[in-house]
Amino acid sequence: MRQDNQGLYSREYEHDACGIGMLINLKGDKSHSLVDNALTVLENMKHRGAEAADNKSGDGAGILLQIPHEFILLQGIPVPERLKYGTGLVFLPKDTELAAGYMDIIRQETEKAGLNLFHIREVPVDSNVLGAASKKTEPKIVQIFITGAQEVSKFETQLYLLRKHIERRISDRDFYIVSLSNRVIVYKGMVTSNQLREYYPDLGSPFFTSALAMVHSRFSTNTFPTWSLAQPFRMLAHNGEINTIRSNRSWMEARESVLSSPALGDVKDFSPIIQPDMSDSASFDNALEFFVRSGMSLPHAMAMMVPESFNEKNPISQSLKDFYEYHSILMEPWDGPAAMLFTDGRYAGGMLDRNGLRPSRYLVTEDGLMLIASETGCLKIDPQIVRTKGSLQPGKIMLVDTETGEIIADEDIKKSLSEGQDYGKWLSEGRTELAKLRSGRKADYEVEDYARKLRGFDFTREDIQKVILPMCSNAQEPISSMGNDTQLAVLSDRPQLLFNYFRQQFAQVTNPPIDPIREELVMSLTEYIGAVGMNILTPDSSHCKMVRLPQPIITNTELDTLCNIRYKGFNTEKLPMLFDPSKGEKGLSDALESLCQQAERSVDKGINYIILTDRGLDADHAAIPSLLAVSAIHHYLVSIKKRVQTALIVESGEIREVMHAALLLGYGASGVNPYMAFAVIKDQVEKGALQMDEVTARHNYIKAMDKGLLKILSKMGISTIRSYRGAKIFEAIGLSSELLSKYFGTASSTIEGIGLGTIAKDAIRLHSQAFKEEGSDILPMVGQYAFRKDGILHAWTPEAIATLQIATREGSYSKFKEFTSLVDSRKEPLFLRDFFTFKQNPIPLEEVEPEESIVKRFVGGAMSFGALSEEAHETIALALNKLGSRSNTGEGGEDEARFKGAKDGVSLNSKVKQVASGRFGVTTEYLVNAEEIQIKVAQGAKPGEGGQLPGYKVNGIIARTRHSIPGISLISPPPHHDIYSIEDLAQLIFDLKNVNPKAKISVKLVAESGVGTIAAGVAKAKADLIIISGAEGGTGASPVSSIRYAGISPEIGLAETQQTLIMNNLRGSVELQTDGQLKTGKDIVSMALLGAGEFGFGTAQLIVLGCVLMRKCHSNNCPMGVATQDPELRKRFRGKADYLVNYYTFLAREVREYLAQMGFRKFEDIIGRSDLIEIDGSKLSEKTSGLDFGKLLHRVEGGAAIRKQRDQKHNIFNVLDRELIAATKYAVDSRQPISLTYDIVNTNRTVGAMLSGHITEEYGAQGLPDGTLNITFKGSAGQSFGSFLAKGVEFRLEGEANDYMGKGLSGGIISVYPPARSVFKASENAIAGNTILYGATSGKVFICGKAGERFAVRNSGANAVVEGTSDHCCEYMTGGRVVVLGKTGRNFAAGMSGGLAYVWDKDHDFDYYCNMDMIELSLIEEKARRDELKALIEEHYQRTGSKLAAEMLADWSRYQEEFIQVTPIEYKKVLQEEAMRKIQEKIDNVQRDY
Amino acid sequence: MGNPKAFLTVPRQEAGHRPIYERICDFSEVEQFLNEGERRLQASRCMDCGVPFCHWACPLGNKAPEWQDAIYHGEWELAFKLLTATNDFPEFTGRVCPALCEKSCVLNHCIDAPVTIREDECSVIEKAFAEGYIKPRQYARNGKKVAVIGAGPAGLSAATRLNCQGYEVTVFDKMGKPGGLVRYGIPNFKLDKYIINRRVDHMTQEGINFICGTEIDLEKLPEGYDAYVIATGTPQARNLDIPGRDLKGIHFALEMLSQQNRILEGETFSPEETVSAKGRKVLVIGGGDTGSDCIGTCHRQESLDVTQIEIMPQPPEGHNPATAWPYWPQVLRTSTSHEEGCTRRWSLASNKFLDDGKGNVCGVEVECVEWVPSPDGGRPRMEKTGEKEVIECDMVLLAMGFLKPEHPAFGPNVFLCGDAKSGASLVVRAIASGRQAAIEVDSYLNRK
Repeated sequence: MRQDNQGLYSREYEHDACGIGMLINLKGDKSHSLVDNALTVLENMKHRGAEAADNKSGDGAGILLQIPHEFILLQGIPVPERLKYGTGLVFLPKDTELAAGYMDIIRQETEKAGLNLFHIREVPVDSNVLGAASKKTEPKIVQIFITGAQEVSKFETQLYLLRKHIERRISDRDFYIVSLSNRVIVYKGMVTSNQLREYYPDLGSPFFTSALAMVHSRFSTNTFPTWSLAQPFRMLAHNGEINTIRSNRSWMEARESVLSSPALGDVKDFSPIIQPDMSDSASFDNALEFFVRSGMSLPHAMAMMVPESFNEKNPISQSLKDFYEYHSILMEPWDGPAAMLFTDGRYAGGMLDRNGLRPSRYLVTEDGLMLIASETGCLKIDPQIVRTKGSLQPGKIMLVDTETGEIIADEDIKKSLSEGQDYGKWLSEGRTELAKLRSGRKADYEVEDYARKLRGFDFTREDIQKVILPMCSNAQEPISSMGNDTQLAVLSDRPQLLFNYFRQQFAQVTNPPIDPIREELVMSLTEYIGAVGMNILTPDSSHCKMVRLPQPIITNTELDTLCNIRYKGFNTEKLPMLFDPSKGEKGLSDALESLCQQAERSVDKGINYIILTDRGLDADHAAIPSLLAVSAIHHYLVSIKKRVQTALIVESGEIREVMHAALLLGYGASGVNPYMAFAVIKDQVEKGALQMDEVTARHNYIKAMDKGLLKILSKMGISTIRSYRGAKIFEAIGLSSELLSKYFGTASSTIEGIGLGTIAKDAIRLHSQAFKEEGSDILPMVGQYAFRKDGILHAWTPEAIATLQIATREGSYSKFKEFTSLVDSRKEPLFLRDFFTFKQNPIPLEEVEPEESIVKRFVGGAMSFGALSEEAHETIALALNKLGSRSNTGEGGEDEARFKGAKDGVSLNSKVKQVASGRFGVTTEYLVNAEEIQIKVAQGAKPGEGGQLPGYKVNGIIARTRHSIPGISLISPPPHHDIYSIEDLAQLIFDLKNVNPKAKISVKLVAESGVGTIAAGVAKAKADLIIISGAEGGTGASPVSSIRYAGISPEIGLAETQQTLIMNNLRGSVELQTDGQLKTGKDIVSMALLGAGEFGFGTAQLIVLGCVLMRKCHSNNCPMGVATQDPELRKRFRGKADYLVNYYTFLAREVREYLAQMGFRKFEDIIGRSDLIEIDGSKLSEKTSGLDFGKLLHRVEGGAAIRKQRDQKHNIFNVLDRELIAATKYAVDSRQPISLTYDIVNTNRTVGAMLSGHITEEYGAQGLPDGTLNITFKGSAGQSFGSFLAKGVEFRLEGEANDYMGKGLSGGIISVYPPARSVFKASENAIAGNTILYGATSGKVFICGKAGERFAVRNSGANAVVEGTSDHCCEYMTGGRVVVLGKTGRNFAAGMSGGLAYVWDKDHDFDYYCNMDMIELSLIEEKARRDELKALIEEHYQRTGSKLAAEMLADWSRYQEEFIQVTPIEYKKVLQEEAMRKIQEKIDNVQRDY
Repeated sequence: MGNPKAFLTVPRQEAGHRPIYERICDFSEVEQFLNEGERRLQASRCMDCGVPFCHWACPLGNKAPEWQDAIYHGEWELAFKLLTATNDFPEFTGRVCPALCEKSCVLNHCIDAPVTIREDECSVIEKAFAEGYIKPRQYARNGKKVAVIGAGPAGLSAATRLNCQGYEVTVFDKMGKPGGLVRYGIPNFKLDKYIINRRVDHMTQEGINFICGTEIDLEKLPEGYDAYVIATGTPQARNLDIPGRDLKGIHFALEMLSQQNRILEGETFSPEETVSAKGRKVLVIGGGDTGSDCIGTCHRQESLDVTQIEIMPQPPEGHNPATAWPYWPQVLRTSTSHEEGCTRRWSLASNKFLDDGKGNVCGVEVECVEWVPSPDGGRPRMEKTGEKEVIECDMVLLAMGFLKPEHPAFGPNVFLCGDAKSGASLVVRAIASGRQAAIEVDSYLNRK
């Protein structure tokens, strides 16, 4: 039974991730030991899966094996010879009658297919091992056997069709065919990795043999038992997440009409291809299976669905690029982090997504065993017999033919694929490139009736001055700061563009956002338009008849060209997006209907692309909101399965911002032409407001749009615009479900809201604004970005700011009440909580818990030192420490002097230490000085985006706290490079908990629909506290569109989280905190009733300290000295800790008064009591009358805890470090050297962190004398080996390491080398995983072998030597040294602003692999550098015994010439200044000697 | 915003005033002008605040950041359009407004050097007149007529707005020329009357009728109008009813101020009618702006000596924590008239006027008072100290404010505005109130 949607919870947001593994006997020898080993692999990745709140029910585990013929015969089932029968497990409902009925259907369908249901076997299971939750939903499991195939070669296809036919007839979530094949069989269930073996005794039988096994252990964000979602599926085991799943599913559906193939016949007979209501992985498996059964080879289908990046930055052959381009015309990529293992019974293999965002390691032994798995070391293998080791590469496939035992390398697979057809020729003949088309026609950028149309499309002076002009002059989106405190579109009575109701969704935790700038090589804005023929599965040159758009913003010239290339065989039609304003709503809905029908006729006529235009706006015609028109047509065409035959282009005057274009593309358009924006640019150039020529201005504007679009899609972790198109990665706030389901293909609405009537009314108002009224020739400034009395409402009014400042400065509670009344009794609601009132039941005030205890629930928002001035940052810490609450460092680290420092006896140490993606200043010392460690997954003002602190802002002290160098830019990457998935977050939590077992670990998320489900996953990952940030939250700098359009109100996010946690029985073990424009006691109580137990304050806090909301933080020009580093401006800071103490005390006082009125003695008693909220109907207007708060206020029944009641059980009690600490106690206490040796396996995770935390607590950052603790490990280390290793600790690992080794290294030394007995060549084999040295600040790492992706990412001071790396080495590095004695992957040194790298460029092709944006390459010219390099290699040799190092040192004069030095440009400047300073010093001294 | 760093690099520069020795010899405007380059530099200091407190503090809601930016860019016509979208008479407020905006300017808050908003405003409108951006326009008539009673700033702004909306507007005033207190109260050295004439001419050209010199009985409003706007101000000055009030030489401030302005317009008065400070020792009772205007006028009339007394205590200099930013600060203000010379005293109540024996005033007995804070936080209470003294003088000017007028009950088509509605206040509030009345009239007549 799966959980149904209730309240704000929706099933569609579920995520999962996992550990995967595959064992293949290359010789094809079937054995039971292989099965047994596969199960061991699964068991050793238990930590990658998760358990429910009962700590027993697993999220699912499973195994795919070859059909065990002998075992079946031994069961007494007289099956025919191998391959001539098909079998598989079937999950049936427990209800016997129902089950019998379904079996009957199976029988009927089998007969219909001309086959024979030959036998049904009850599969023995041991239900006793199941947890309660799993047991409740345990199905009856039978194994069916089918015979009767005429031709063995077609049998698999027949079985596929049979299964599809059965699935079509039975829509019961309790019914599921696990697999049905004549080659493989899947055993799976809602069990943990360890339970699988016990649950299915079959698997233990020594006669159960296979030469191939694929295993999967699942970590789901929920705990609702769903047996069918356990993996493997029929062909696939997937670790990761398909970000584009919504678009992939809907395009697959749309495409069904053209997917018939000779092998399977008419798709209609067995559609839907994608089984509804399943996980992303399941949908992928469905699609993959379909393509393979249609006759595509397995690697071909995989390469088409998950293409590697093939833009010019990728080193692949032209013919392969052609292969990918051809297929990209047929299908958008299934994009997202993915390690995939797949098999069809004969071929088996694995591949990674284009960005390599999931780990996958493999090894091959001398005796023919191949193991691919998420982690290395999950099966103990004698190092002596290992032939090769490695890791899968981004976008690359590794394949084994189990019949021949041959391992087919990626190059060979890709070569044969790309030579399968002459794709290059097809493309060059068929594909037309828009950028290359020249026509003699002259397009016009002027717009008739310009002034009126500006008003008709609701252009404001802010749109022009604050958005369009900056885009033209800087070629990027404008930046702003502080949060969005404006009214929600649905609450505003001004006419709204439909765009304003939508919010961007973004990736957090379950999948990573991408850095579109530094990792541009995986991004693409290329789009293809034109008709797709029928039967696209039959390869044919005709499918290439397309126009390639290099990017989706189309100029008037290009649009004109597109409309006039009939001679190339492209027909087009313009459909007007207009309606008759005199007919009102009816006029609009009729116009939409007729548009849809016209579009259908266009498709029937063979129109290649439809251009939707509102150019015809005039006195008699109002414009249909372009988004509504596009979405309506897109969904209509999908529903009649005619969507893929044409493309939609939008020519609309409405478009001006990036968000507008993103929405149109996200709802189905392939290209957009913002002709009014172009006309504005022309006008501004002519007026002289833009001092550049029109073409450049337009070009810059388009470039800014492109960058913005890349940012929006990368925010969701999507790489290509093709898989973004139609992906609908938005949510609407305040649109009714009727409207959404009719025109936007979304069934539900969180708070309901307006319908078509209001949209029509607004469109008509805008129309009459343009054509009925005499407007001023100056457009209005509506106060979007700055307060205007007559403009858009802002929560922070001048009175509110002034009154709050005066009240807290004077310490006047009555003045504070004036402030809260200004905020709370506004006539017009701004936020959803403004509709709330509370049920009254007064008790005497004295009975309520005191202010002092309430105030502890208020915490300081995360604001970094760097964003804030030193004065402001310290004042906040002081105030909150005075109150006994907690302030937050923000992501910029903290000056270590503050850890122990105090002012007037009050500590200056921020109790909450934030860990953000940049890991600035995250040292062991920083972490051990925390009471709470906060993992900032996202920030309200710019979820899914990184940040950059420009070099000029990095002064001495900021550089010191961030452990970087003054003057060097610091980049925060969009994702945490150690959180690409939920199990990664669990790992990071585990890491941090190890370093500082006393600290609570919190995870900061941003409100969006689905955040509840993510929070459930985070709770299962053992977070102690979850923060749901409202999208309104502030920022020091963020693109304006992100501040306005990303994320949603905290009310919705919080309520969804509360409801989902309760449904999963997880709320009891985590505390919930929220923030986002909280100001008053009423805000606190409102949010508490929705489920929050703690409350964060950012903006309010700054205002108390003098901020007057200039929104200039990003310019370093804060005139109040709050958010600036300018020493002159900092002198103006006037805030005092007492003001904040007053504020929080008043707030607590007011909350206390509310509690008394509501009749509660304890604050905790109101947490989650949404039933106490009443909606103030008097505030509902005609427009907002459609709002429905039912889902928001929904209470989950069932008796689970609704507030925190117990602590998380962190599994840190029996970690290896406990032994290490005990064994080194004397050495640590006496600072005497000691040497120890341990065996290590991959389940020993985060080894060294707890020990280091322990040492640092004792000795601080200086740790122990060098070489005090010498510990040697033998075996395969688990993840995060040597993380946060403190100074004086030296780890030697004889064996191999997994991901995240040396994370946050704080002075320790790690060396890794292969076991002495191993035979493989160290420098050619991967012995360390991904993301090594992430955020390291000091220390050393030596690896005698290759490492994975993102080696030394964000390293700010450690030195490392490695013998080869995969992609993105030295990314965002700001300090330290990296020596690579071998090949690197692509994108070396992306975003590298400091430190140096030395790379042995044996093949003289290193420059190709380098991202040259911020660095320069040279031979090593300075002696000091050569000496440094040599010393590092010598140390590498000494510590690891590297043969390569020995060889180099022996012939150093030759080898040193083969090294390339990588110097960041900024760093070079710093080095030169440093050198100059030294010379100057020398000169000074020389003079003094005289 | 033009130059984000200007507030750090460009200091506030006021245009300044003509030298005292020169200016006290005439009635021409005291304030000077910056050249265009300097003005643009001053405008560049505006930081375009996320929350522009200047805009909030301005009763008219002037959007200073928007036109400061335009000034900085030299786009004077744009600046003019932006400014006049909220303010009908920037040439008045640009000269005489106490500039609440500047007090609320963030730069006033942090470095006591606000943007020169008032002066910038004035230069915009002067530029507009000089460059001919202001051209009379003719508006399509909507056939409805409105009478505006009172041609002070409130009445004039209501008339302007209504005229733009197509109403046929007639403005009545009891005085000979339109302008109200701006014409008859504010001395020429603060606002030259040419400024008013220029505006009235412009209004006339745009089709507004003026009927001056006609007192309208508010009980019997002229017939033939669809609506009425009453902007008759506060004609009644507050009296000081103490012994000796009937003595000669005691005048209401306006008697002097208005007469002086009329003389400058060419009117003549008999010696008996003339109120002149020439050769006299003058005592001004009342410490506000009107009192200050009296002082400047006395100087120019060649008085012997001027003393100004105020019953309230001396406000603090510089900052006053009790009236914190962004609110109007109650602090010591020194006007150009004060700079020209004057004895200022505080906390003095007047007990009686003294007779020189010939029926002329020869002094005032004053008594020190103390202000005791009220325990309930209300207005402080005055207590006399018994410390008395006599201030010798042969002329007394009463500048103690005006009484809020009372009006008969009006019909629904009559709308009050300006001082007549809410009591004596600033020119900028009068204009704002006039604009509001125009909106009310419009919505009333449209509803009908």
